[in-house]
Amino acid sequence: MTETIDKTALLQFLLRMGDNTLILGHRVSEWCGHSPVLEEDIALANTALDLIGQTQLWLDYAAEVQGEGRTADDLAFLRDAWDFRNVLLVELPNGDFGQTLMRQFLYDAWASIMLGRLQKSADERVREIAEKAAKENAYHVERSADTVVGLGDGTEESHARMQAALDYLYPYVGELFESDATDAAMAEAGIAPDPASLRAEYDAFVGRVMAEATLTIPEKAYVHRGGRSGTMHTEHLGHLLCTMQWLQRAYPGCQW
Amino acid sequence: MSSVSPSAYPDTESEKKPERKEWPLWEIFIRGQHGMSHRHVGSLHAPDAEMAIKNARDVYTRRNEGVSIWAVESRHIAATVPSEKGPLFEPSESKVYRHPTFFDIPDEVGQM
Amino acid sequence: MYAQMVKSTGKGVKTREEMSEDERAFQDKIDADTKIEPRDWMPEEYRKTLVRQIGQHAHSEIVGQLPEGNWITRAPTLERKMILLAKVQDEAGHGLYLYCAAETLGVSRDDLTEDLLSGKMKYSSIFNYPTLNWADIGAVGWLVDGAAIMNQVPLQRTSYGPYSRAMIRICKEESFHQRQGYDIMMKMAQGSPEQKRMAQDALDRFWYPSLMMFGPSDKDSVHSAQSMAWKIKINTNDELRQKFVDQTVPQAEYLGLSIPDPDLTWNEETGHYDFTEPNWQEFFDVIKGNGPCNTERMNDRTRAWEDGRWVREGLMAHARKKAARTAAE
Repeated sequence: MTETIDKTALLQFLLRMGDNTLILGHRVSEWCGHSPVLEEDIALANTALDLIGQTQLWLDYAAEVQGEGRTADDLAFLRDAWDFRNVLLVELPNGDFGQTLMRQFLYDAWASIMLGRLQKSADERVREIAEKAAKENAYHVERSADTVVGLGDGTEESHARMQAALDYLYPYVGELFESDATDAAMAEAGIAPDPASLRAEYDAFVGRVMAEATLTIPEKAYVHRGGRSGTMHTEHLGHLLCTMQWLQRAYPGCQW
Repeated sequence: MSSVSPSAYPDTESEKKPERKEWPLWEIFIRGQHGMSHRHVGSLHAPDAEMAIKNARDVYTRRNEGVSIWAVESRHIAATVPSEKGPLFEPSESKVYRHPTFFDIPDEVGQM
Repeated sequence: MYAQMVKSTGKGVKTREEMSEDERAFQDKIDADTKIEPRDWMPEEYRKTLVRQIGQHAHSEIVGQLPEGNWITRAPTLERKMILLAKVQDEAGHGLYLYCAAETLGVSRDDLTEDLLSGKMKYSSIFNYPTLNWADIGAVGWLVDGAAIMNQVPLQRTSYGPYSRAMIRICKEESFHQRQGYDIMMKMAQGSPEQKRMAQDALDRFWYPSLMMFGPSDKDSVHSAQSMAWKIKINTNDELRQKFVDQTVPQAEYLGLSIPDPDLTWNEETGHYDFTEPNWQEFFDVIKGNGPCNTERMNDRTRAWEDGRWVREGLMAHARKKAARTAAE
């Protein structure tokens, strides 16, 4: 299978999947010990654990496809920002709890559709990873949707904060559905769907949840892009990597 | 005197007693494996039943401990009153004939 | 320990003659190892002492998330990140179980939290020390969790039912914590010269604070005597500290690290190690709020509590609206 398709494209696709979960998992883990209530602290840690677990699977496979003898850890800890392929949405700072949960829902909603399609991938490894991740994601999206609805339709203050979070984050949603040559190659090989093809389902789902949350999706939102292509990340990613990669960079070649 | 108390726990001690903003307390019961009863595993706070179940999943099944969850708000649990323990439970102590070990069956009869 | 210097009646243990009929029946139950349950009769001082002890223990778990949480975003591999995150998450769970045990005594978690933030209630001195290098995460697991386990294992037999059950659950979950810490220490001690230096530095800084976790000698304390009669304290502080030292010294030797105590020696006669007592003035300073991280820890907890208010209130308001809508249907 993988011999007949473009390895560069497959690697790009796997990095996009793995970098999304890595960076988002890292962001969510920043909450540990600081959440509004113990039950939420524990739940967020579960989400972060699932995402980092998925990262290991995606990046392991990516390292294998790359064929340079590297590991998932090498890819996570030894690449610089320009080699990261996550969407900008996941590298944005946590903001308040509402912004974190809004970002989580906007990502989860996309992942739930994407992982559903990937379970029919022509690539067995992709299929296996998607199957495991889809189960975890099904819970994440239920929880993040509930929280967005609860806070959107809560008090005046919580509503205002959630609307502000949606207004801030929505311009970063469009990038999830961008298609380029890599996506065309993946779709052609039957490995992954064309991202653009997920949009209608996403809009319907997110529209339902936001209506229930009494929140208004911004009309004609601008689309910030540059993360999944690697051409222009936000300034935030560099700081995140500084923290995350520091030990590996300061003491290269050690066993931890 | 009633032998039933309206709650499993004593009342909250608070001199202030303003309208409580705290999420209600829930009791969590988990079926550990298929075929077993739900057992009380502990409590947690949640705004409503749905979130209580979700929180229970995150708090009490982190190590693969369950296949089914029940949640009931703590204030809905009726409980026996400890001072009535004697009348409620002691009468059954004398009914030893309800237990299989009360009867001697000769070994020759075999498994019974 | 996680609950250090908990005050009880301050009056010493009553003789049987001094006890009321209820108190005698209560003490008989405890002596017979019958658990006390939430609605059972109990002396008011037993209840108050338990609220203080369980509350302090719960606060320690929650504040205890912070020093280790300090390294979650800097963990050096994906696996270490997951292990550490899972462990710090467990601490949150343990805090939750303990708050629930305290709540069976008629206090609310919010009230306990506010007492922590106002400084009325304390938490363990150990969490006011900083985690400065990655080996600290190993040292915290190995030494701090090791010391905590010494105290928590006997507490599984404590007289108050909900506390005992919480401790059983906690001990079951904690068994991996100390091992993951030692695992980090082994990697560091066998690693590069810099890693070894980190490991020794961590042991140097955490050794005495770990010994302080057990609290000052309490063999003459009236509070401890009462707590032991009520079986909410099982061993004296000195017993546990000695046990900890005896267990830990060979583990440090295996790592090739030296314990920062020149007078540490094996005593053939007693069958125990002789060791230098920690600086108790430092301990009292930390308890009073002058430890290296007291201010940061309380600021972090206060911020989480204040910044989280709108979330707690928002979700509660939504639950009420939903219930009202369902009722109207």
